[in-house]
Amino acid sequence: MKGVSFIRNPYTGFSVFTLALLLLPLAVTNDYYLNVLIFIGIHSIIAIGLDLLMGYTGQISLGHAAFFGLGGYISGVLSAKMGWAALAGLPFSILGVGLIAWIIGVPTLKLHGHYLAMATLGFGIIVFIFFNELVPLTGGPSGLTGIKGVSFMGFTFDSDLKYYFLVVFALLLSLFLSINVVRSRVGRALRAIHGSEVASSVLGVNVPRFKVAIFVLSAVYAALAGWLYAHYITFLSPSSFGFLFSVKLVTMVVIGSLGSIWGGIFGAALLTSLPEFLYIFEKYETTVFGLILVIVMIFMPKGLLRGLEDLALRTLASRKRRVGDQG
Amino acid sequence: MSLEQQILQYLITGVTVGSIYALIGMGFNIIYNSTEIINFAQGEFVMLGGLLTVTGMKVLHLPLPFAALMAVIAVAFIGVLFDVLAIRPLKDASPITLIIITIGASIFFRGIASLLWGKEPYPIPAFSGEDPIPFFGAVIQPQSLWVMGITVLIVLGLRQFFNRTIIGKAMLASAFQPRAARLVGIDTRFMILISFGLSGFVGAAAGIVIAPISMTQYDIGIMIGLKGFCAAIIGGLGNFWGVVLGGVTLGVLESLGAGLISSGYKDAIAFGILLIMLFFRPQGILGKGKEDRV
Repeated sequence: MKGVSFIRNPYTGFSVFTLALLLLPLAVTNDYYLNVLIFIGIHSIIAIGLDLLMGYTGQISLGHAAFFGLGGYISGVLSAKMGWAALAGLPFSILGVGLIAWIIGVPTLKLHGHYLAMATLGFGIIVFIFFNELVPLTGGPSGLTGIKGVSFMGFTFDSDLKYYFLVVFALLLSLFLSINVVRSRVGRALRAIHGSEVASSVLGVNVPRFKVAIFVLSAVYAALAGWLYAHYITFLSPSSFGFLFSVKLVTMVVIGSLGSIWGGIFGAALLTSLPEFLYIFEKYETTVFGLILVIVMIFMPKGLLRGLEDLALRTLASRKRRVGDQG
Repeated sequence: MSLEQQILQYLITGVTVGSIYALIGMGFNIIYNSTEIINFAQGEFVMLGGLLTVTGMKVLHLPLPFAALMAVIAVAFIGVLFDVLAIRPLKDASPITLIIITIGASIFFRGIASLLWGKEPYPIPAFSGEDPIPFFGAVIQPQSLWVMGITVLIVLGLRQFFNRTIIGKAMLASAFQPRAARLVGIDTRFMILISFGLSGFVGAAAGIVIAPISMTQYDIGIMIGLKGFCAAIIGGLGNFWGVVLGGVTLGVLESLGAGLISSGYKDAIAFGILLIMLFFRPQGILGKGKEDRV
């Protein structure tokens, strides 16, 4: 696989990545940066799931912010309104979102390209409206307060550092699962679907079932991230889960490189940290963001990571050729 | 007001808003017909049409008709530029790439608009006064008549254009069979260029006629653009009369839903209809079932 050419064996990469994440807090002692890292981790989980859907099956979802939001709100409402512990809400977030994704996925994934994009977008907007209008449950536009933090057998994840390790644990789990899905029989079937749905169904791949399964899995990733988000900032407001956030998630995957799990994490890290560090440009953020999206797509349709890789390879090759000409 | 009169009032509102959805859906259709691209930036043409008219009137002190004319021409030109700079450089792009590019462009347009015009809403004066016209116990705003009239004019005009003029026919040909069209000497790239210009023109016109009723603002493009897309889907993507039917159906259902059920869920109604259509009849009410090509 070309996408992981710089790390031949994904498990080597996985081990190095794990080590790096565990050592990172030694370098990052500032709470603010730790906070940014936590958000990068949460966004990475969604990006990994969305990449499974977009990069490996070639489907697009413009409604993943809704799954992220639902994951947060289900557990958040149980916690804030009924006093449930965060961990007790987790299975409800995961199963609830999985079920909703399945119900939406079965008819939606019969659609292709633009129609699919619009269906997921429509779904996302409807969910967003419900977050705003179900005031007794969600608190409406002014938000849901009083969500509890995460604690497990008497241990409370009450500092940024402790929460960082919780997010890292969830991220590594998602990553490990994805690497295995991609390398398994299922992963080969998915790539076959991406190549040609007709050819793969002729070869006996149950195309609709695989597509729905991956859609549900990617929604569940978003739900896990939503749960982590809700119990980290302990406050939810619908504005975090709108259409623009869905677009931002798609951008993370695309900028990172479709069909490369590491690309998704790279995209999440880039798009989450850029606005934090370029806060001077706050006024221009969305404009620049739109421009980047267009430019990357025109010049590097395979994504920034792979685009830069190709560029480096081309430069190297042309330099070699020039040296060869002279010699 | 009796319930019947109320319902009549909702119907009038629905048909007015629905005409706008139809116009915007028409813009989607024009580009879709020549390129099979769904232009997610269509709503931004609507926003730019309204805001450029405001600028024409306030800054350049043009009378409304001239300001409006200037705005539609400017937006048509922006549509052409968009094609040349962002769509034409792509060869054999996948639908995902095209979706992302048009979304990126829409975010870019919105960002520029928020820098140029700020985030406040702007009014445009009604074209011919604001004295409501009584109508069987309900009232019609004069601007509603303008909206409906201009929609009918544009739809008829486009119909003549596509059926009667050589350029219109060439556009249809290059959409239907690009290679065959090139073989008979049609410059398909030029036809795509025209379709973006025309689409910008129609979108801007929609933005100008609706602005006296609902004001115009840098961020109106997303929602109104998506509603226009709903109209196109309901009627059948690419179908000319379908989009008018779709727009009016959507406008009326939305207006009745907002009036009789709840205004908070107004947009959810529109997108609920979109989902139902996509799930059960993706070719639309008037569309003929198209065989999936392998």
